[in-house]
Amino acid sequence: MKLQELTRPWAAFNYGFLDESAKREIRRRILKAIAVPGYQVPYASREVPMARGWGTGGLQVSLTILKPDAVVKVIDQGTDDSVNACSIRKFFGRVGGVIETEDTQGATIIQSRHRIPEEKLRDDQVLVLQVPDPEPLRTVQSDMPVAREMHGDADYGQLWLILYEQLVKSGRIMQYTEYPSLVNGRHVISPSPIPRWDVLKLNKADHLTILSAGREKRIYAVPPHTRVEPLVFDDVPYRVEDHQDKTCYRTNVTGFFMNELPQDDGSAKFELSDSHFGVKHMRKAEGEPVAIGDTWYKNGKMNR
Amino acid sequence: MTALNLAAATQITRQPPHLMLAEPMLTMCGISKNFGGVKALSDVDATVYPGEVLGIVGESGSGKSTLLRMMNLEDTPEAGSYHLALPGRENSNLFSLDRFERRSLRAEHIGIVYQNPHLGLLMGHTSSGNVAERLLIAGKRNFAELRERARQSLDASEFPVERMDATPRELSGGMQQRVQLAKAIALEPAVLLLDEPTTGLDVSVQALVLDTLKRLQRDHAITMVLVSHDLGVIRTMADRVMVMRRGNVVEQGLADQIFQDPQHAYTQQLVHAKL
Repeated sequence: MKLQELTRPWAAFNYGFLDESAKREIRRRILKAIAVPGYQVPYASREVPMARGWGTGGLQVSLTILKPDAVVKVIDQGTDDSVNACSIRKFFGRVGGVIETEDTQGATIIQSRHRIPEEKLRDDQVLVLQVPDPEPLRTVQSDMPVAREMHGDADYGQLWLILYEQLVKSGRIMQYTEYPSLVNGRHVISPSPIPRWDVLKLNKADHLTILSAGREKRIYAVPPHTRVEPLVFDDVPYRVEDHQDKTCYRTNVTGFFMNELPQDDGSAKFELSDSHFGVKHMRKAEGEPVAIGDTWYKNGKMNR
Repeated sequence: MTALNLAAATQITRQPPHLMLAEPMLTMCGISKNFGGVKALSDVDATVYPGEVLGIVGESGSGKSTLLRMMNLEDTPEAGSYHLALPGRENSNLFSLDRFERRSLRAEHIGIVYQNPHLGLLMGHTSSGNVAERLLIAGKRNFAELRERARQSLDASEFPVERMDATPRELSGGMQQRVQLAKAIALEPAVLLLDEPTTGLDVSVQALVLDTLKRLQRDHAITMVLVSHDLGVIRTMADRVMVMRRGNVVEQGLADQIFQDPQHAYTQQLVHAKL
Protein backbone atom coordinates (compact mmCIF):
# COMPACT_ATOMS: atom_id res chain seq x y z
CA MET A 1 0.00 0.00 0.00
CA LYS A 2 1.32 3.42 -0.92
CA LEU A 3 0.78 6.61 0.94
CA GLN A 4 -0.69 8.12 -2.22
CA GLU A 5 -3.50 5.57 -2.27
CA LEU A 6 -4.53 6.53 1.22
CA THR A 7 -4.81 10.23 0.51
CA ARG A 8 -7.27 12.17 -1.57
CA PRO A 9 -6.16 13.22 -5.04
CA TRP A 10 -4.39 16.59 -5.05
CA ALA A 11 -6.59 19.60 -5.49
CA ALA A 12 -5.94 23.27 -4.99
CA PHE A 13 -6.93 24.39 -1.52
CA ASN A 14 -8.26 27.67 -2.81
CA TYR A 15 -7.96 29.76 -5.94
CA GLY A 16 -4.76 31.79 -5.89
CA PHE A 17 -3.17 29.87 -3.00
CA LEU A 18 -4.24 32.22 -0.18
CA ASP A 19 -7.51 31.51 1.59
CA GLU A 20 -10.39 33.89 1.12
CA SER A 21 -10.19 35.52 4.53
CA ALA A 22 -6.52 36.30 4.00
CA LYS A 23 -7.24 37.80 0.60
CA ARG A 24 -10.09 39.82 2.00
CA GLU A 25 -7.82 41.26 4.67
CA ILE A 26 -5.14 42.19 2.16
CA ARG A 27 -7.75 43.70 -0.19
CA ARG A 28 -8.97 45.92 2.62
CA ARG A 29 -5.42 46.97 3.48
CA ILE A 30 -4.77 47.80 -0.16
CA LEU A 31 -7.90 49.96 -0.28
CA LYS A 32 -6.77 51.80 2.82
CA ALA A 33 -3.28 52.25 1.37
CA ILE A 34 -4.78 53.74 -1.77
CA ALA A 35 -7.03 56.03 0.25
CA VAL A 36 -4.06 57.43 2.18
CA PRO A 37 -1.26 57.59 -0.41
CA GLY A 38 2.13 56.73 1.05
CA TYR A 39 0.81 55.67 4.46
CA GLN A 40 2.15 52.30 5.58
CA VAL A 41 -0.79 50.06 6.45
CA PRO A 42 0.05 47.10 8.67
CA TYR A 43 -1.26 43.70 7.61
CA ALA A 44 -0.99 40.09 8.69
CA SER A 45 1.65 38.77 6.34
CA ARG A 46 0.78 35.13 5.54
CA GLU A 47 2.98 32.16 4.97
CA VAL A 48 3.71 31.58 1.31
CA PRO A 49 5.93 28.84 -0.09
CA MET A 50 8.90 31.17 -0.24
CA ALA A 51 11.32 32.54 2.32
CA ARG A 52 10.77 36.01 3.74
CA GLY A 53 12.93 38.49 1.89
CA TRP A 54 12.39 36.87 -1.50
CA GLY A 55 9.33 38.87 -2.40
CA THR A 56 6.66 37.42 -0.12
CA GLY A 57 5.03 40.83 0.29
CA GLY A 58 4.66 41.42 -3.42
CA LEU A 59 3.58 37.82 -3.89
CA GLN A 60 0.70 38.14 -1.44
CA VAL A 61 -0.57 41.32 -3.06
CA SER A 62 -0.35 39.79 -6.53
CA LEU A 63 -2.12 36.62 -5.35
CA THR A 64 -4.87 38.75 -3.85
CA ILE A 65 -5.57 40.73 -7.02
CA LEU A 66 -5.13 37.68 -9.26
CA LYS A 67 -7.94 36.46 -11.51
CA PRO A 68 -7.93 33.73 -14.16
CA ASP A 69 -7.77 36.16 -17.09
CA ALA A 70 -4.87 38.16 -15.61
CA VAL A 71 -1.63 38.41 -17.52
CA VAL A 72 1.35 38.44 -15.20
CA LYS A 73 4.91 39.62 -15.70
CA VAL A 74 7.55 39.24 -12.98
CA ILE A 75 10.73 41.30 -12.98
CA ASP A 76 13.81 40.67 -10.89
CA GLN A 77 16.54 43.32 -11.24
CA GLY A 78 15.08 44.24 -14.61
CA THR A 79 15.12 40.74 -16.04
CA ASP A 80 12.34 38.25 -16.60
CA ASP A 81 14.57 35.20 -16.74
CA SER A 82 16.27 35.03 -13.36
CA VAL A 83 15.45 32.01 -11.22
CA ASN A 84 13.44 34.05 -8.76
CA ALA A 85 11.39 35.78 -11.46
CA CYS A 86 10.71 32.52 -13.31
CA SER A 87 9.70 30.68 -10.15
CA ILE A 88 7.29 33.36 -9.03
CA ARG A 89 5.76 33.67 -12.51
CA LYS A 90 5.29 29.89 -12.77
CA PHE A 91 3.76 29.86 -9.30
CA PHE A 92 1.12 32.37 -10.46
CA GLY A 93 0.41 30.18 -13.48
CA ARG A 94 0.03 27.10 -11.32
CA VAL A 95 -2.16 28.47 -8.51
CA GLY A 96 -4.11 31.02 -10.52
CA GLY A 97 -4.24 29.67 -14.05
CA VAL A 98 -3.09 33.06 -15.30
CA ILE A 99 -1.33 33.82 -18.55
CA GLU A 100 2.41 34.29 -18.05
CA THR A 101 4.16 36.92 -20.10
CA GLU A 102 7.44 38.79 -20.38
CA ASP A 103 5.91 41.64 -22.34
CA THR A 104 5.32 44.84 -20.35
CA GLN A 105 2.66 46.02 -22.78
CA GLY A 106 0.64 42.82 -22.55
CA ALA A 107 0.70 42.37 -18.79
CA THR A 108 -2.08 43.43 -16.43
CA ILE A 109 -0.16 42.72 -13.23
CA ILE A 110 3.57 43.41 -13.06
CA GLN A 111 5.38 42.29 -9.97
CA SER A 112 8.82 43.76 -9.74
CA ARG A 113 11.93 44.01 -7.66
CA HIS A 114 14.45 46.81 -8.28
CA ARG A 115 13.05 48.19 -11.54
CA ILE A 116 10.06 49.82 -13.15
CA PRO A 117 9.83 48.87 -16.85
CA GLU A 118 11.07 51.41 -19.38
CA GLU A 119 7.81 51.32 -21.33
CA LYS A 120 5.03 53.46 -19.90
CA LEU A 121 2.38 51.66 -17.90
CA ARG A 122 -1.29 52.23 -18.64
CA ASP A 123 -4.15 52.85 -16.25
CA ASP A 124 -5.36 49.24 -16.61
CA GLN A 125 -2.07 47.88 -15.32
CA VAL A 126 -1.01 47.38 -11.71
CA LEU A 127 2.60 47.52 -10.60
CA VAL A 128 3.39 45.53 -7.46
CA LEU A 129 6.76 46.30 -5.92
CA GLN A 130 8.47 43.98 -3.46
CA VAL A 131 9.88 46.00 -0.61
CA PRO A 132 12.58 44.80 1.77
CA ASP A 133 12.40 47.78 4.13
CA PRO A 134 9.36 50.04 3.95
CA GLU A 135 10.47 52.51 6.63
CA PRO A 136 12.38 55.52 5.26
CA LEU A 137 13.01 56.72 8.82
CA ARG A 138 14.78 53.54 9.92
CA THR A 139 18.18 55.03 9.17
CA VAL A 140 17.51 57.91 11.53
CA GLN A 141 15.20 56.31 14.09
CA SER A 142 15.60 52.68 15.04
CA ASP A 143 12.60 52.77 17.39
CA MET A 144 9.63 52.01 15.12
CA PRO A 145 6.84 53.33 17.38
CA VAL A 146 8.74 56.64 17.49
CA ALA A 147 9.23 56.54 13.72
CA ARG A 148 5.47 56.14 13.28
CA GLU A 149 4.93 59.18 15.48
CA MET A 150 7.36 61.07 13.28
CA HIS A 151 5.29 60.10 10.25
CA GLY A 152 2.22 61.33 12.11
CA ASP A 153 3.92 64.67 12.75
CA ALA A 154 5.36 64.79 9.21
CA ASP A 155 8.67 65.20 11.02
CA TYR A 156 11.07 64.52 8.16
CA GLY A 157 13.85 66.97 9.09
CA GLN A 158 16.31 64.16 9.69
CA LEU A 159 15.79 62.69 6.23
CA TRP A 160 16.74 66.06 4.79
CA LEU A 161 19.65 66.10 7.19
CA ILE A 162 21.01 62.88 5.68
CA LEU A 163 20.90 64.44 2.21
CA TYR A 164 22.52 67.61 3.57
CA GLU A 165 25.39 65.61 5.02
CA GLN A 166 25.86 63.62 1.83
CA LEU A 167 26.27 66.92 0.01
CA VAL A 168 28.68 68.19 2.65
CA LYS A 169 30.80 65.04 2.67
CA SER A 170 30.72 64.03 -0.98
CA GLY A 171 29.58 67.11 -2.86
CA ARG A 172 26.63 65.21 -4.29
CA ILE A 173 23.72 63.07 -3.20
CA MET A 174 24.95 59.54 -2.61
CA GLN A 175 21.55 57.96 -2.04
CA TYR A 176 21.37 55.35 -4.79
CA THR A 177 18.22 53.37 -4.13
CA GLU A 178 15.26 53.89 -1.79
CA TYR A 179 15.44 57.60 -2.44
CA PRO A 180 13.04 59.18 0.09
CA SER A 181 10.10 60.65 -1.77
CA LEU A 182 7.15 62.71 -0.65
CA VAL A 183 3.83 61.24 -1.77
CA ASN A 184 0.87 63.55 -2.25
CA GLY A 185 2.61 66.23 -0.21
CA ARG A 186 2.18 64.30 3.01
CA HIS A 187 3.95 60.98 3.64
CA VAL A 188 7.55 60.24 2.80
CA ILE A 189 8.00 56.74 1.43
CA SER A 190 10.96 54.61 0.66
CA PRO A 191 10.11 53.63 -2.93
CA SER A 192 11.58 50.12 -2.58
CA PRO A 193 15.06 49.53 -3.97
CA ILE A 194 14.34 51.12 -7.35
CA PRO A 195 17.15 53.37 -8.65
CA ARG A 196 16.82 57.16 -8.76
CA TRP A 197 16.19 56.69 -12.48
CA ASP A 198 12.85 55.04 -11.77
CA VAL A 199 11.54 57.25 -8.94
CA LEU A 200 10.40 59.90 -11.44
CA LYS A 201 8.23 57.30 -13.18
CA LEU A 202 5.98 57.15 -10.12
CA ASN A 203 5.07 60.82 -10.30
CA LYS A 204 1.60 61.41 -11.79
CA ALA A 205 1.66 57.97 -13.35
CA ASP A 206 -1.38 56.47 -15.04
CA HIS A 207 -1.00 53.15 -13.26
CA LEU A 208 -1.52 52.07 -9.67
CA THR A 209 1.58 51.10 -7.72
CA ILE A 210 1.25 48.88 -4.65
CA LEU A 211 4.31 48.40 -2.49
CA SER A 212 4.35 45.54 -0.05
CA ALA A 213 6.86 44.33 2.50
CA GLY A 214 6.25 40.74 3.59
CA ARG A 215 8.72 40.54 6.42
CA GLU A 216 7.91 43.99 7.79
CA LYS A 217 4.16 43.46 7.21
CA ARG A 218 3.40 46.82 5.61
CA ILE A 219 1.47 47.78 2.48
CA TYR A 220 1.54 51.25 0.95
CA ALA A 221 0.49 52.57 -2.39
CA VAL A 222 0.90 55.29 -4.95
CA PRO A 223 -2.49 55.73 -6.62
CA PRO A 224 -2.69 56.88 -10.25
CA HIS A 225 -2.08 60.57 -10.94
CA THR A 226 -0.50 61.18 -7.53
CA ARG A 227 2.43 63.49 -6.94
CA VAL A 228 5.63 61.71 -5.95
CA GLU A 229 8.44 64.17 -5.30
CA PRO A 230 11.93 63.02 -4.38
CA LEU A 231 13.30 65.18 -1.54
CA VAL A 232 15.60 67.76 -3.15
CA PHE A 233 17.13 71.07 -2.13
CA ASP A 234 16.06 74.13 -4.10
CA ASP A 235 19.55 74.75 -5.41
CA VAL A 236 20.65 71.13 -5.95
CA PRO A 237 18.61 69.55 -8.72
CA TYR A 238 17.54 65.92 -8.61
CA ARG A 239 20.01 63.86 -10.57
CA VAL A 240 19.37 60.42 -11.99
CA GLU A 241 22.11 57.91 -12.74
CA ASP A 242 24.41 59.03 -15.58
CA HIS A 243 23.15 56.51 -18.09
CA GLN A 244 21.86 59.01 -20.65
CA ASP A 245 24.75 58.51 -23.05
CA LYS A 246 25.40 54.82 -22.42
CA THR A 247 24.71 52.46 -25.31
CA CYS A 248 23.59 48.87 -24.96
CA TYR A 249 26.21 46.64 -26.62
CA ARG A 250 23.60 44.15 -27.73
CA THR A 251 20.91 46.37 -29.16
CA ASN A 252 22.73 49.66 -29.82
CA VAL A 253 19.96 51.48 -27.94
CA THR A 254 20.98 54.61 -26.02
CA GLY A 255 19.39 56.54 -23.21
CA PHE A 256 17.94 53.97 -20.84
CA PHE A 257 18.95 52.46 -17.52
CA MET A 258 21.84 50.06 -18.09
CA ASN A 259 23.56 47.17 -16.35
CA GLU A 260 27.27 47.69 -16.20
CA LEU A 261 29.29 44.61 -17.16
CA PRO A 262 32.92 44.95 -16.07
CA GLN A 263 35.39 43.52 -18.58
CA ASP A 264 38.73 41.83 -18.01
CA ASP A 265 40.67 44.80 -19.37
CA GLY A 266 39.14 47.15 -16.82
CA SER A 267 36.62 48.73 -19.16
CA ALA A 268 32.89 48.17 -18.96
CA LYS A 269 30.17 47.16 -21.34
CA PHE A 270 26.57 48.18 -20.87
CA GLU A 271 23.37 46.32 -21.57
CA LEU A 272 19.76 47.36 -21.15
CA SER A 273 18.61 46.60 -17.63
CA ASP A 274 15.02 46.01 -18.77
CA SER A 275 15.71 42.69 -20.48
CA HIS A 276 12.49 42.24 -22.43
CA PHE A 277 12.71 45.81 -23.67
CA GLY A 278 16.09 44.79 -25.10
CA VAL A 279 14.67 41.60 -26.59
CA LYS A 280 12.02 43.66 -28.36
CA HIS A 281 14.67 45.93 -29.85
CA MET A 282 16.67 42.94 -31.05
CA ARG A 283 13.63 41.35 -32.69
CA LYS A 284 12.75 44.60 -34.33
CA ALA A 285 16.29 44.90 -35.71
CA GLU A 286 15.88 41.43 -37.19
CA GLY A 287 12.76 42.60 -39.01
CA GLU A 288 10.04 41.10 -36.82
CA PRO A 289 6.92 43.22 -36.42
CA VAL A 290 7.31 44.19 -32.76
CA ALA A 291 5.37 46.99 -31.13
CA ILE A 292 7.56 48.92 -28.69
CA GLY A 293 5.47 51.01 -26.35
CA ASP A 294 5.88 54.65 -25.46
CA THR A 295 8.74 55.11 -23.00
CA TRP A 296 9.06 57.35 -19.95
CA TYR A 297 12.56 58.41 -20.92
CA LYS A 298 13.23 59.76 -24.39
CA ASN A 299 16.82 60.43 -25.50
CA GLY A 300 17.91 59.87 -21.94
CA LYS A 301 15.60 62.58 -20.57
CA MET A 302 12.48 62.09 -18.51
CA ASN A 303 9.53 62.94 -20.70
CA ARG A 304 7.25 65.40 -18.89
CA MET B 1 19.15 123.58 38.05
CA THR B 2 20.82 121.16 40.39
CA ALA B 3 17.60 120.69 42.26
CA LEU B 4 15.76 119.88 39.07
CA ASN B 5 18.35 117.30 38.14
CA LEU B 6 18.08 115.72 41.52
CA ALA B 7 14.31 115.57 41.26
CA ALA B 8 14.54 113.87 37.86
CA ALA B 9 17.05 111.40 39.26
CA THR B 10 14.87 110.49 42.22
CA GLN B 11 11.92 110.05 39.93
CA ILE B 12 13.84 107.60 37.77
CA THR B 13 14.88 105.54 40.76
CA ARG B 14 11.29 105.33 41.86
CA GLN B 15 10.16 103.83 38.59
CA PRO B 16 10.03 100.05 38.26
CA PRO B 17 13.17 98.47 36.75
CA HIS B 18 13.59 99.51 33.16
CA LEU B 19 13.20 96.01 31.70
CA MET B 20 9.83 95.51 33.36
CA LEU B 21 8.26 98.47 31.62
CA ALA B 22 7.76 96.58 28.38
CA GLU B 23 4.99 94.11 27.65
CA PRO B 24 6.11 90.69 28.91
CA MET B 25 7.48 88.28 26.33
CA LEU B 26 6.47 85.17 28.22
CA THR B 27 3.60 84.87 30.68
CA MET B 28 2.67 81.76 32.61
CA CYS B 29 -0.25 81.80 35.00
CA GLY B 30 -1.42 79.32 37.63
CA ILE B 31 0.61 76.35 36.44
CA SER B 32 -0.16 73.17 38.39
CA LYS B 33 1.19 69.74 37.66
CA ASN B 34 1.09 66.45 39.54
CA PHE B 35 3.08 63.35 38.86
CA GLY B 36 1.00 60.64 40.48
CA GLY B 37 0.64 61.78 44.08
CA VAL B 38 3.57 64.18 43.88
CA LYS B 39 2.79 67.83 43.44
CA ALA B 40 5.50 69.04 41.05
CA LEU B 41 4.14 72.53 40.54
CA SER B 42 1.34 74.22 42.40
CA ASP B 43 -0.11 77.43 41.06
CA VAL B 44 3.15 78.88 39.71
CA ASP B 45 3.23 82.21 37.88
CA ALA B 46 6.17 83.30 35.78
CA THR B 47 6.77 86.36 33.65
CA VAL B 48 9.74 87.12 31.44
CA TYR B 49 10.26 90.54 29.86
CA PRO B 50 11.87 91.05 26.45
CA GLY B 51 15.64 91.08 26.58
CA GLU B 52 15.98 90.01 30.18
CA VAL B 53 17.45 86.89 31.73
CA LEU B 54 15.26 85.19 34.28
CA GLY B 55 17.17 82.83 36.54
CA ILE B 56 15.32 80.00 38.24
CA VAL B 57 17.05 78.47 41.26
CA GLY B 58 16.02 75.68 43.53
CA GLU B 59 17.09 72.31 44.82
CA SER B 60 16.60 69.06 42.91
CA GLY B 61 12.91 68.21 42.74
CA SER B 62 11.78 71.80 43.26
CA GLY B 63 9.97 71.79 39.92
CA LYS B 64 12.26 74.12 38.02
CA SER B 65 12.99 71.68 35.21
CA THR B 66 9.33 70.73 34.96
CA LEU B 67 8.49 74.40 34.57
CA LEU B 68 11.08 74.70 31.81
CA ARG B 69 9.64 71.67 30.03
CA MET B 70 6.27 73.43 30.09
CA MET B 71 7.87 76.52 28.60
CA ASN B 72 9.29 74.34 25.84
CA LEU B 73 5.80 72.85 25.31
CA GLU B 74 7.13 69.36 25.92
CA ASP B 75 4.55 68.79 28.62
CA THR B 76 1.18 70.24 29.55
CA PRO B 77 0.02 71.10 33.05
CA GLU B 78 -3.29 70.20 34.72
CA ALA B 79 -4.14 73.85 35.03
CA GLY B 80 -2.69 77.12 33.88
CA SER B 81 -2.09 79.21 30.81
CA TYR B 82 0.95 80.11 28.75
CA HIS B 83 1.32 83.10 26.44
CA LEU B 84 4.17 84.22 24.25
CA ALA B 85 4.12 87.70 22.70
CA LEU B 86 4.42 86.48 19.13
CA PRO B 87 2.73 88.28 16.26
CA GLY B 88 -0.66 86.69 15.74
CA ARG B 89 -0.46 84.57 18.89
CA GLU B 90 -0.84 87.22 21.59
CA ASN B 91 -4.19 85.94 22.77
CA SER B 92 -3.86 82.20 22.41
CA ASN B 93 -3.08 79.92 25.30
CA LEU B 94 -0.23 77.83 23.93
CA PHE B 95 -1.25 74.80 25.99
CA SER B 96 -4.46 74.58 24.00
CA LEU B 97 -2.63 74.26 20.68
CA ASP B 98 -2.68 70.92 18.93
CA ARG B 99 0.37 68.76 18.45
CA PHE B 100 1.21 70.11 15.01
CA GLU B 101 0.99 73.78 15.94
CA ARG B 102 2.92 73.19 19.12
CA ARG B 103 5.70 71.49 17.16
CA SER B 104 6.01 74.24 14.58
CA LEU B 105 5.86 76.92 17.28
CA ARG B 106 8.59 75.17 19.23
CA ALA B 107 10.70 74.80 16.12
CA GLU B 108 10.43 78.43 15.12
CA HIS B 109 10.19 80.45 18.30
CA ILE B 110 11.69 78.52 21.20
CA GLY B 111 15.32 77.52 21.55
CA ILE B 112 16.53 75.18 24.26
CA VAL B 113 19.90 74.06 25.57
CA TYR B 114 19.85 70.95 27.73
CA GLN B 115 22.29 69.97 30.41
CA ASN B 116 22.84 66.67 28.64
CA PRO B 117 23.89 67.29 25.02
CA HIS B 118 22.51 63.86 24.06
CA LEU B 119 19.01 65.26 24.55
CA GLY B 120 19.49 68.21 22.26
CA LEU B 121 21.86 66.89 19.61
CA LEU B 122 22.03 64.07 17.12
CA MET B 123 25.39 62.67 18.14
CA GLY B 124 26.05 60.78 14.93
CA HIS B 125 25.47 63.76 12.64
CA THR B 126 27.78 66.67 11.94
CA SER B 127 27.63 69.81 14.07
CA SER B 128 26.63 71.97 11.12
CA GLY B 129 24.01 69.35 10.25
CA ASN B 130 22.60 69.59 13.74
CA VAL B 131 22.10 73.32 13.30
CA ALA B 132 20.82 72.86 9.76
CA GLU B 133 18.24 70.33 10.93
CA ARG B 134 16.48 73.02 12.88
CA LEU B 135 16.33 75.20 9.79
CA LEU B 136 15.12 72.23 7.75
CA ILE B 137 12.31 71.56 10.21
CA ALA B 138 11.30 75.20 9.82
CA GLY B 139 11.06 74.61 6.07
CA LYS B 140 14.33 76.00 4.72
CA ARG B 141 15.21 74.05 1.57
CA ASN B 142 18.15 75.88 0.02
CA PHE B 143 21.42 74.04 0.56
CA ALA B 144 23.74 77.04 0.19
CA GLU B 145 21.59 79.08 2.57
CA LEU B 146 21.46 76.25 5.12
CA ARG B 147 25.21 75.92 5.03
CA GLU B 148 25.78 79.65 5.42
CA ARG B 149 23.28 80.07 8.23
CA ALA B 150 24.65 77.06 10.09
CA ARG B 151 28.12 78.57 9.81
CA GLN B 152 26.93 81.97 11.03
CA SER B 153 25.09 80.48 13.94
CA LEU B 154 28.04 78.34 15.03
CA ASP B 155 30.27 81.37 14.68
CA ALA B 156 27.92 83.43 16.86
CA SER B 157 28.15 80.82 19.60
CA GLU B 158 31.94 80.98 19.32
CA PHE B 159 32.34 77.50 17.96
CA PRO B 160 35.52 77.01 15.87
CA VAL B 161 33.99 77.10 12.40
CA GLU B 162 36.70 74.92 10.82
CA ARG B 163 35.33 72.04 12.90
CA MET B 164 31.72 72.53 11.84
CA ASP B 165 31.61 69.17 10.05
CA ALA B 166 32.82 67.17 13.03
CA THR B 167 30.23 65.13 14.91
CA PRO B 168 29.42 66.20 18.48
CA ARG B 169 30.69 62.80 19.58
CA GLU B 170 34.22 63.92 18.67
CA LEU B 171 33.89 67.20 20.55
CA SER B 172 34.50 68.20 24.14
CA GLY B 173 31.65 68.93 26.53
CA GLY B 174 32.02 72.68 26.20
CA MET B 175 31.97 72.48 22.41
CA GLN B 176 28.89 70.26 22.51
CA GLN B 177 27.12 72.93 24.54
CA ARG B 178 28.15 75.53 21.96
CA VAL B 179 26.64 73.38 19.18
CA GLN B 180 23.44 73.12 21.20
CA LEU B 181 23.48 76.87 21.64
CA ALA B 182 24.05 77.45 17.92
CA LYS B 183 21.14 75.14 17.16
CA ALA B 184 18.93 76.96 19.64
CA ILE B 185 19.65 80.44 18.30
CA ALA B 186 19.71 79.49 14.60
CA LEU B 187 16.20 80.80 14.04
CA GLU B 188 16.46 83.77 16.39
CA PRO B 189 13.97 82.41 18.92
CA ALA B 190 11.61 84.59 20.91
CA VAL B 191 12.83 82.93 24.06
CA LEU B 192 15.93 80.87 24.77
CA LEU B 193 15.60 78.24 27.49
CA LEU B 194 18.74 77.07 29.24
CA ASP B 195 18.47 73.99 31.43
CA GLU B 196 21.63 73.80 33.54
CA PRO B 197 23.74 74.65 30.47
CA THR B 198 27.10 74.60 32.24
CA THR B 199 26.59 71.87 34.81
CA GLY B 200 29.16 69.14 34.31
CA LEU B 201 31.69 71.39 32.62
CA ASP B 202 34.93 72.22 34.39
CA VAL B 203 35.17 75.69 35.89
CA SER B 204 37.29 77.33 33.18
CA VAL B 205 35.13 75.98 30.33
CA GLN B 206 32.04 76.94 32.29
CA ALA B 207 33.35 80.49 32.46
CA LEU B 208 33.95 80.55 28.69
CA VAL B 209 30.46 79.25 27.89
CA LEU B 210 28.90 81.77 30.25
CA ASP B 211 30.98 84.44 28.58
CA THR B 212 29.54 83.46 25.20
CA LEU B 213 26.02 83.46 26.59
CA LYS B 214 26.57 86.86 28.12
CA ARG B 215 27.92 88.28 24.85
CA LEU B 216 25.04 86.83 22.85
CA GLN B 217 22.60 88.27 25.31
CA ARG B 218 24.21 91.68 25.09
CA ASP B 219 24.53 91.74 21.29
CA HIS B 220 21.13 90.36 20.37
CA ALA B 221 19.09 91.14 23.49
CA ILE B 222 17.82 87.56 23.56
CA THR B 223 15.17 86.79 26.15
CA MET B 224 16.47 83.95 28.27
CA VAL B 225 15.24 81.67 31.00
CA LEU B 226 18.12 80.07 32.85
CA VAL B 227 17.56 77.16 35.18
CA SER B 228 20.41 76.27 37.46
CA HIS B 229 21.16 75.12 40.96
CA ASP B 230 24.48 76.95 40.80
CA LEU B 231 24.07 80.38 42.38
CA GLY B 232 27.33 81.54 40.83
CA VAL B 233 25.93 80.99 37.33
CA ILE B 234 22.68 82.72 38.22
CA ARG B 235 24.52 85.66 39.76
CA THR B 236 26.63 86.10 36.62
CA MET B 237 23.80 85.82 34.14
CA ALA B 238 20.42 86.69 35.58
CA ASP B 239 18.67 90.05 35.77
CA ARG B 240 15.86 88.64 37.85
CA VAL B 241 15.73 85.54 40.00
CA MET B 242 12.93 83.18 40.93
CA VAL B 243 13.56 80.84 43.85
CA MET B 244 11.57 77.62 43.80
CA ARG B 245 10.96 75.02 46.45
CA ARG B 246 8.65 72.00 46.41
CA GLY B 247 6.72 73.25 43.41
CA ASN B 248 6.21 76.76 44.74
CA VAL B 249 7.88 80.06 44.04
CA VAL B 250 9.09 81.14 47.46
CA GLU B 251 10.67 84.38 46.41
CA GLN B 252 11.39 86.44 43.33
CA GLY B 253 13.01 89.74 42.58
CA LEU B 254 16.00 91.45 41.03
CA ALA B 255 19.16 89.38 41.22
CA ASP B 256 20.92 91.88 43.48
CA GLN B 257 17.97 92.04 45.85
CA ILE B 258 17.81 88.29 46.17
CA PHE B 259 21.52 87.89 46.74
CA GLN B 260 22.04 90.90 49.03
CA ASP B 261 18.80 90.88 50.92
CA PRO B 262 17.09 87.48 50.82
CA GLN B 263 13.71 87.58 52.58
CA HIS B 264 12.51 84.02 52.68
CA ALA B 265 14.16 81.63 55.11
CA TYR B 266 14.96 79.13 52.37
CA THR B 267 16.56 81.78 50.16
CA GLN B 268 18.63 82.99 53.09
CA GLN B 269 19.80 79.47 53.68
CA LEU B 270 20.63 79.07 50.00
CA VAL B 271 22.56 82.31 49.70
CA HIS B 272 24.48 81.74 52.89
CA ALA B 273 25.29 78.17 51.95
CA LYS B 274 26.85 79.58 48.83
CA LEU B 275 28.72 82.31 50.58
